[in-house]
Amino acid sequence: MFEHEEKLIRERLGREPNEVEKAMLEVMWSEHASYKSSRPLLKLLPTENEHVVLGPGEDAGIVKFDDETWIAVGIESHNHPSAVEPYGGAATGVGGIVRDILCMGARPIALLDPIRFGPLEKERNRYLLQGVVKGIADYGNRIGVPTVGGETEFDESLDNYTLVNVACVGIMRPEHLIHSYVEEAGLKLILVGNRTGRDGIHGVTFASEELSENAEEEDRSAVQIPDPFTEKLLIEATLEAVYTGKVKALKDLGGGGLTCASSEMAGKKGFGAVIYADRVPLREPNMTPTEVMISESQERMLFAVRDEDVEEIGKIFEKYGLEWMVVGEIINEPRYIVYWKGEKVADLPIDLLTEVPTIEWEMKPYRLERDVETPKISFSDAFELVWSSPNILSKRWIWEQYDHEVQGRTVVKPGRDAAVLKINERYGLAFVADGNPNHSHLNPYHGAMGAVAEVVRNLVSVGAEPLALVDNLNFASPERPEVYWSFAEAVRGLADAARAFGLAYVSGNVSFYNEVVDRPIKPTPVVAGLGKVKLEKIPGFGLEEGLLIGIVGITKRELGGSELYARLDIEGGTAPRVNLEEEKANAEGILEAIRRGLVKAVHDVSRGGIAVALAEMAVVSGVGFTADLSKVPAETSNPLEVSFSESHGRYIVAFPEESLEELKELFGHFAVIGRAGGSDAVFLWNGEELLGKPVSELKDAHESLSRLLGEGE
Amino acid sequence: MVKFAVVVFPGTNCDFETERAIRKAGGEAERVWYKTSLKDFDGVVLPGGFSYADYLRAGAIAARQEIMEEVKEFAREGRPVLGICNGFQVLTESELLPGALRPNRVPRFICRWVHLRVVDTETPFTQFYEPGEVIRMPIAHAEGNYYTDDPSKVRVVFQYSDEKGNITEEANPNGSIMNIAAVANERGNVLGTMPHPERASDRFLGSEDGLRLFRSMVEWARR
Repeated sequence: MFEHEEKLIRERLGREPNEVEKAMLEVMWSEHASYKSSRPLLKLLPTENEHVVLGPGEDAGIVKFDDETWIAVGIESHNHPSAVEPYGGAATGVGGIVRDILCMGARPIALLDPIRFGPLEKERNRYLLQGVVKGIADYGNRIGVPTVGGETEFDESLDNYTLVNVACVGIMRPEHLIHSYVEEAGLKLILVGNRTGRDGIHGVTFASEELSENAEEEDRSAVQIPDPFTEKLLIEATLEAVYTGKVKALKDLGGGGLTCASSEMAGKKGFGAVIYADRVPLREPNMTPTEVMISESQERMLFAVRDEDVEEIGKIFEKYGLEWMVVGEIINEPRYIVYWKGEKVADLPIDLLTEVPTIEWEMKPYRLERDVETPKISFSDAFELVWSSPNILSKRWIWEQYDHEVQGRTVVKPGRDAAVLKINERYGLAFVADGNPNHSHLNPYHGAMGAVAEVVRNLVSVGAEPLALVDNLNFASPERPEVYWSFAEAVRGLADAARAFGLAYVSGNVSFYNEVVDRPIKPTPVVAGLGKVKLEKIPGFGLEEGLLIGIVGITKRELGGSELYARLDIEGGTAPRVNLEEEKANAEGILEAIRRGLVKAVHDVSRGGIAVALAEMAVVSGVGFTADLSKVPAETSNPLEVSFSESHGRYIVAFPEESLEELKELFGHFAVIGRAGGSDAVFLWNGEELLGKPVSELKDAHESLSRLLGEGE
Repeated sequence: MVKFAVVVFPGTNCDFETERAIRKAGGEAERVWYKTSLKDFDGVVLPGGFSYADYLRAGAIAARQEIMEEVKEFAREGRPVLGICNGFQVLTESELLPGALRPNRVPRFICRWVHLRVVDTETPFTQFYEPGEVIRMPIAHAEGNYYTDDPSKVRVVFQYSDEKGNITEEANPNGSIMNIAAVANERGNVLGTMPHPERASDRFLGSEDGLRLFRSMVEWARR
């Protein structure tokens, strides 16, 4: 807490807060719990349209899929804990977002995990990657929620750090919606699930500060302990309780523990709460009221239920072997009161906990974009460098450790542009997450727009109409003027791009203070998107013998922030710009082409540019191609710029000859650049060979991540 | 209509889709909490998941629950008992099937589509397959490395193979002896399979090869 905030609290109370009150206030006024630095700026984001049932403000957003089906969606970061204790940090990140979806009354059906690390050459970064992946796998697999995708990225700026974001979707019937707030006094508050221990004490405060050099030793107690077995029981018990219709409000205990869950539940509509902290079942002896109130022990939920229904709901918990206890009640008076063995240990106006004043930090623009000369290296050297980049390599080693098939819905599997989950016999839900910190570092506004554009392209590439977005904003300290400026710019970019596509953000997360010892991370806005797709119409991804290969969109000299420049350690250049009109027109064109059945395979062009996108389509089906890159519609004639620029608005399509005329009509920029077939990948420029390689060789290199990690298979 | 119990232990997580697949195959199915009785059912399915979080060994604690006495009764009476993945582990732990499932050769969880060669089409679960047929299903396990002292004495039902049906080392995802993916008891009415047939029961999910296993089972129970 800052000094001026402490003063404000003293003035409001007319006294010093006591120890328990102070701890609760510290938790609730932390950046992580209060969003005090981000709230004013987040107002810019569009949050409503015809698809939105419930926008930001509760534990998850809700989107209408059809009249009988709603989708709950949310995204969370668990960066600080994962950097200190990768296994527990990542696992509890999964647990937290799953409970956020659950407490809306929805059954969690899929997870995405965008994760970022420092270079793999260093042992510490390999340790972080292996721990995070195992944490996600052990938790997600055990609770039976498939992890169907994500992104994995490596960058020097994240050395000895990690960004772990988790997005989750759940499915529900409209009548099962449970709000996070109460609308009547007298309700009993039931705490159910794991016992409360000393783990995660001050977790949110720790997540609102930069990490020190000794974070691994100092901050371990702030990381929570994962227990997926209890979480799985909690999922089933919670849904069974929800289906009784007797649950009046529901929240999970996450950051800020019991204090946060109960005060937000009570305070939102002006009620108050009394908590009997000594009734909370404890894991360890001699815990103090302060520890009980702010512990972030996992796998706990808070139910608000009428007195006469307590027993019935309690029986459901008992069936699943879950411990439960009435720990408090809702009162009319807007106060937050805590008792400990009959003694009143805290008594605060509830809005002092839940309505935290915002802070607007100083902003200072920076400019990293500058023209740099495109390097003079051969296409084959450039391709070699980019194709072997850990950022481009297949992430099969990761997603095969995730049970991505459980629940029997995964129509489009990991490794494609977006995952698709079967919702009913005709329609599926497409789900994807993207971010590109190299772009958003160079230009936060266009980088953030680009993340939205890429999400849209990925959804469209599997045939899905975009439905809604959620955002996860990972930034360094907002107290740094350049960082706060980049944050504002990124939010502006997210807002402008979403508006252009007619999309809304239904939920989101902000994670500040991502720094290790004074080393700020790059601005990393991550966007996840949902789309609706007709199952019959999902196009393929791989090349097929004899198909023509076309490219949609225009390529510009935009190598700034590209994978090629990252591999060559070139800073500067121009980050790709999103031409919103063309981006939108091309997305609509692709959807129309899919509807009419004109294309066999679609792949969006993003990281690594056209060269990588083509090679990926070859590798997935084992079919080669011959493509003349000089035919690509481009504002440059430099082969390197054409092949590796990461310009937006582009797709590669593979289609039979008879579709050609119709396809041409659909796009402003479109060209046939070659044909699929054979066993070699052949890149030409004006008919001359730039590179020819057996697809099997490309595939072998593409599948080498486990070798880089020193593991078999 | 023949009715199957899909037993749910704490930590079981493939019960819903297994129930769905049995219904799609023409049978009646009901998810049954492990503390409930199995009377009125014609067969039992132990679905996949992490019963008791795999504490001790996968399937070990579930195998010692009271409901398993009833499952053993089913097995003795010759009614169909199917264990999928964790259910297979429960069946070996309760000695309804021979052998054991050890940690994978590369000791981590692996979720992957595999090819299987159908070896035995004489069981109630495989009567709708052709001998030697190659089918596709996904696996998802960390402990699926089947071992038994004398594989020649075991009734092998599926083997991991390549897409042409060759039993090769490369096609073996977990180190199982003789590439064994599924085994039955001597009589054939108890089957354990590591690959998940319920995840291959829908053309949109990549294959309907698994649905035939449930159809066989339902058809057999009907007679």
